[in-house]
Amino acid sequence: MHALEVKNLKTYYTTLSGDVKAVDGVSFNVEKGKATGLAGESGCGKTTIALSILRILPSGGRIVDGEVIFQGIDLTKLNEDEMRREIRWKGISIVFQGAMNALNPVYSVGDQIVEAITTHEPEVGKREALERAMKLLELVGIEPSRVNNYPHEFSGGMRQRAMIAMALACNPTVLIADEPSTALDVIVAAQVLKLLKELKEKLGLGMILITHDLSIIAELCEFTAIMYAGKIAEYGDVFTVFKEPLHPYTQGLINAFPNIRLPRSRIASIPGFPPDLLRPPSGCRFHPRCSYAMDICKVEEPEFLHLGKGHYVACHLVSKK
Amino acid sequence: MAKDKPIVKVENLVKWFPVRLGFISTLLGQRLFVRAVDNISFEIKKAEIFGLAGESGSGKTTTGRLILRLIEPTKGRIWFEGREISRLKPKELKPLRRKMQIIFQDPYESLNPRMTIRAILEEPLNVQGVSREEIENRIYQVLEDVDLIPPEEFLLRYPHELSGGQRQRIGVARALILNPEFIVADEPVSMLDISIRAGILDLLLELRKKYKVSLLYITHDLALARHICDRLAIMYLGKIMEMGDMDEVVGKPMHPYTKALMAAVPVPDPTSARIEVVVKGEIPSPVNPPPGCRFHTRCPSYIGDVCRRKEPPLIEVNKGRWVACHLYSSSKKQ
Repeated sequence: MHALEVKNLKTYYTTLSGDVKAVDGVSFNVEKGKATGLAGESGCGKTTIALSILRILPSGGRIVDGEVIFQGIDLTKLNEDEMRREIRWKGISIVFQGAMNALNPVYSVGDQIVEAITTHEPEVGKREALERAMKLLELVGIEPSRVNNYPHEFSGGMRQRAMIAMALACNPTVLIADEPSTALDVIVAAQVLKLLKELKEKLGLGMILITHDLSIIAELCEFTAIMYAGKIAEYGDVFTVFKEPLHPYTQGLINAFPNIRLPRSRIASIPGFPPDLLRPPSGCRFHPRCSYAMDICKVEEPEFLHLGKGHYVACHLVSKK
Repeated sequence: MAKDKPIVKVENLVKWFPVRLGFISTLLGQRLFVRAVDNISFEIKKAEIFGLAGESGSGKTTTGRLILRLIEPTKGRIWFEGREISRLKPKELKPLRRKMQIIFQDPYESLNPRMTIRAILEEPLNVQGVSREEIENRIYQVLEDVDLIPPEEFLLRYPHELSGGQRQRIGVARALILNPEFIVADEPVSMLDISIRAGILDLLLELRKKYKVSLLYITHDLALARHICDRLAIMYLGKIMEMGDMDEVVGKPMHPYTKALMAAVPVPDPTSARIEVVVKGEIPSPVNPPPGCRFHTRCPSYIGDVCRRKEPPLIEVNKGRWVACHLYSSSKKQ
């Protein structure tokens, strides 16, 4: 069984100028103890997917279609109360982008973790919760004796670890990490990535990693979905997607990424810029930037085709064969 | 690369920022300083792209601003085109400003939202008293240089009508418009999407070739720095730890700090070596930097008391290859 299954998810935002189709028919799975990376440029809908799964979309955002299957239940059908009591934190939790700045400066880190535990598990006493908070800190590599420290006494990397500890407070089975290392320095970022990898393996967490950085996906994930303009362009295990990418956008992204361990080579940009999702291009949304674009690409949207072994591609170049 | 005399040279450059303290501490005569840049020396050659890399708080941006004389150095000397500029008065600096420009990190924050592209590009020319006709020519020329073609289509637009990549091209155009000799590029692509970063970097490389402009490229991203820089200096807590030819520093790092940085950079290839975390903890406060070698508190190759007591000087271990580490200075003595 999958830890989480997203099927044909469509999430739109209502704006004065019309619907923004931020996520438009996205399907992928998350496996237990494995990470699925959602990669793509800003505005491609990766964070909206996370917010849709947890049903915490900002006002104006709504799930239009699709299913999110978690432990046999379709989360899109649950009411707000059930989501809050049963799913968030206990089932699925999230570490937001820039999370280290989300700690409340006037409460100690321990108090904040205790609050998370006692709110969601009212049967747990204060004392027991504090013990759990200390264990959680230890789990993420922070000296448990610092449980009573305030956020300003922690460094940026420690605050990020504390937020990860908090996300794990109610033993979720799925963890969503949204750009977990973006605001951190190289070495600290590496420490946090390593921690996430260890936690994933140790706790058997199903993980969704949202990032714009392909090298973090290569480092941490078993599967990846490359997103473009609200759709998945290519999806599969990381080896297939990185080594035999079939979608021109995936190829372009990989070529745009320098590899520091290899001899210096040209990095290539993709011409143009991501489209406005109020008025997405017709046919394949990538066609205005694609160097292989054919006539059919402008009119007909490519099917999300299964090529075997869980490798999916949405491109006319592939479906034509 | 032309091996003639350097366009920019800094010697023993120091910048300490005072920390504001409470009333009592002030009465007691206590003073604290953030040692943002603490005695660094280097040269940038004509038409060279010199990279300055390090973690946040290492002093890279301060160094860039010092060279441009946007802030006053505490100590040390700065030469520009062979002339010392570290003590020049604002009035004397004005003609120099035309020759040294800056490209900022954030193209969303660094362009005035109420000014059209034309107004943004015109302003530096007006300040420098360029003639009307010349202004027109320059604006068209520079927009073509940064690939915003046709220029007429952009002149009357406002920044919000442009994409991030296009805005940063305006940032580059603004830096170029006075035909500078030297540009400080402060993380010019870190706010941009991956697919357009390479385009901006290629643009900088092209402009260097065309106009022989020299660049100080400030970054925390070693993989991208590799793509554009000729030489690289690694900074840590206000000091240069290692400096040399780009490919050598990245390919065969000598300083334990550079090695640690390199090991921590993830690679976009699932089959290649994983990142390693050889260094614990985070960068210490620059208010009270560790004595001796500033990296000794985190160094995996700590060799004993000498690291704690004596500050290793930046020495030239090979031709053009500089390292500040006792591992190399002690072997030299023997």
